[in-house]
Amino acid sequence: MARVRRWVWLVSLIPLAWLAWGAWQGGLGANPVERVIRFCGDWALWGLLLTLTVTPLRRIPGWSGLIRYRRMLGLSAFFYAVLHVTGYVVLDHFFAWQTILKDILKRPYITIGLTAFLLLVPLAITSTRGWIRRLGSAWQKLHRLIYPASVLVVIHYFMMVKADYRAPLVHAGILGVLLGWRVGWWLWHRQPVG
Amino acid sequence: MPFRWNPELQSQDITPESWFRERRRLLQGAAVVGAGVLLGVEPFGEVTAKSEPLSDVRPGVVTLDEAQTPFKDATGYCNFYELGSGKEDPSRHGGKLVTDPWSVLIDGEVARPGSVSLEELLKPHPLEERVYRMRCVEAWSMVIPWVGFPLGDLLKRFEPTPKARYVAFETLHDPKQLPGQSRNVLQWPYREGLRLDEAMHPLTILAVGMYGQRLPNQNGAPLRLVVPWKYGFKGIKSIVRITLTEQQPVTSWNLQAPEEYGFFANVNPEVPHPRWEQSSERRLGEFRRRETLPFNGYAAQVASLYAGMDLARYF
Ligand code: HEM
Repeated sequence: MARVRRWVWLVSLIPLAWLAWGAWQGGLGANPVERVIRFCGDWALWGLLLTLTVTPLRRIPGWSGLIRYRRMLGLSAFFYAVLHVTGYVVLDHFFAWQTILKDILKRPYITIGLTAFLLLVPLAITSTRGWIRRLGSAWQKLHRLIYPASVLVVIHYFMMVKADYRAPLVHAGILGVLLGWRVGWWLWHRQPVG
Repeated sequence: MPFRWNPELQSQDITPESWFRERRRLLQGAAVVGAGVLLGVEPFGEVTAKSEPLSDVRPGVVTLDEAQTPFKDATGYCNFYELGSGKEDPSRHGGKLVTDPWSVLIDGEVARPGSVSLEELLKPHPLEERVYRMRCVEAWSMVIPWVGFPLGDLLKRFEPTPKARYVAFETLHDPKQLPGQSRNVLQWPYREGLRLDEAMHPLTILAVGMYGQRLPNQNGAPLRLVVPWKYGFKGIKSIVRITLTEQQPVTSWNLQAPEEYGFFANVNPEVPHPRWEQSSERRLGEFRRRETLPFNGYAAQVASLYAGMDLARYF
């Protein structure tokens, strides 16, 4: 079990390795800073969507074991979110905290990104076995924060796009299906899905 | 002072005949490459980055003491939504654009309207190399050695009437050649405009080349506008129509999001875009951001055009 989880973790490092390889080869294009930030933002979002896919899939008979990977997937998503935000702070603004603060206060898409990030922080912190035990049933409730966080991330994506909304629309669609499934479950069973 | 301006190097002699033959030959070459691409031989998206050198270019008409952006970056990282909305799309999808034959319609408030072939249009204008800063509204910038000639010289040939106060431009509208136009990301055709005094300003040019080469398709071949003190989206590409007007023309990005992209779009560090700061920029190839200069560093030449105007209101 622990070994399987280690594999998930290793696999989740492949995008980062790919990025590092690109950087090493000078293959990140004309604007490497933008490339890094977007790349990590994309993988953070995809990590969240994958995490949200686990619960519906494990309802398929015989697939209940998938739950084992959920925490690892969530943590990987958070890992890329940290890289994304670090990229913004270090590569884009090089610790120009004043500019960053102004950005957070004045630019709704940054404010929303930060809100999503702050919602994810407690989830990452409480993802250890000790916290799961300590929080008991509150753990489940707390981790439903992934829903608003994901919605905010998709809004964040919409807001940074200039005119071509195809990519954020596709992500909104996928998130819609994943969250819609949960709503459907709740309506049918009169209780939230575990 | 990094900026050098040689006004005496303007509109003198005429492009030699040999250069025209050369040009025609090059255009034919481009057509062959274009045909090859249509047949499905798309060599790695770098089709048009193949060099087609321009001859008889007056070097250093405007120079700049800043490192030039590598050719690979200036031709591989482009905003040309007609060829896709990703930065690398235009260099990949530029191959379908056929730039020969090409003609430009010049109409509206001019004494001598008409459609002219590209050859005719270019004939009287000696080509000049001008190294300009290029500041994108997305807060990145480049330094590009353009090859072109003053737009004002062209407009004078067609004799604007006293009513003419603005110049409107249109890009080719043909989704077969410009596949990005098959989706309404923007309202096609792409349209841009300048006030007449901006259009007549000696820094405003029509470019046919960059880095001593013919313009690659992804950079707006065969003819594009370059207005170095304005955000890059004003530099309309692959122009097929130039109309002198009495009223301020409609412009594409302004139509798309009026609160984000103004008609003037002068580079101004004091007026932020609603979604990001404009006070600094990333010069491609540099790690740290640099300060954005008022009018992109051309304030001494152009600020007087806007004397007394509230630049926060007319952004
Ligand atoms: C403090 C928090 C955050 C900041 C400052 C931030 C900043 C940014 C910036 C500046 C961009 C635009 C990059 C560009 O224009 O090139 C961006 C895009 C994006 N961000 Fe964030 N972000 C934050 C949080 C997040 C989080 C938590 C996620 C996901 C979990 C996320 C996912 C994305 C995605 C998917 C994109 C679009 C990437 C693309 O265009 O492919 N962001 N973010």
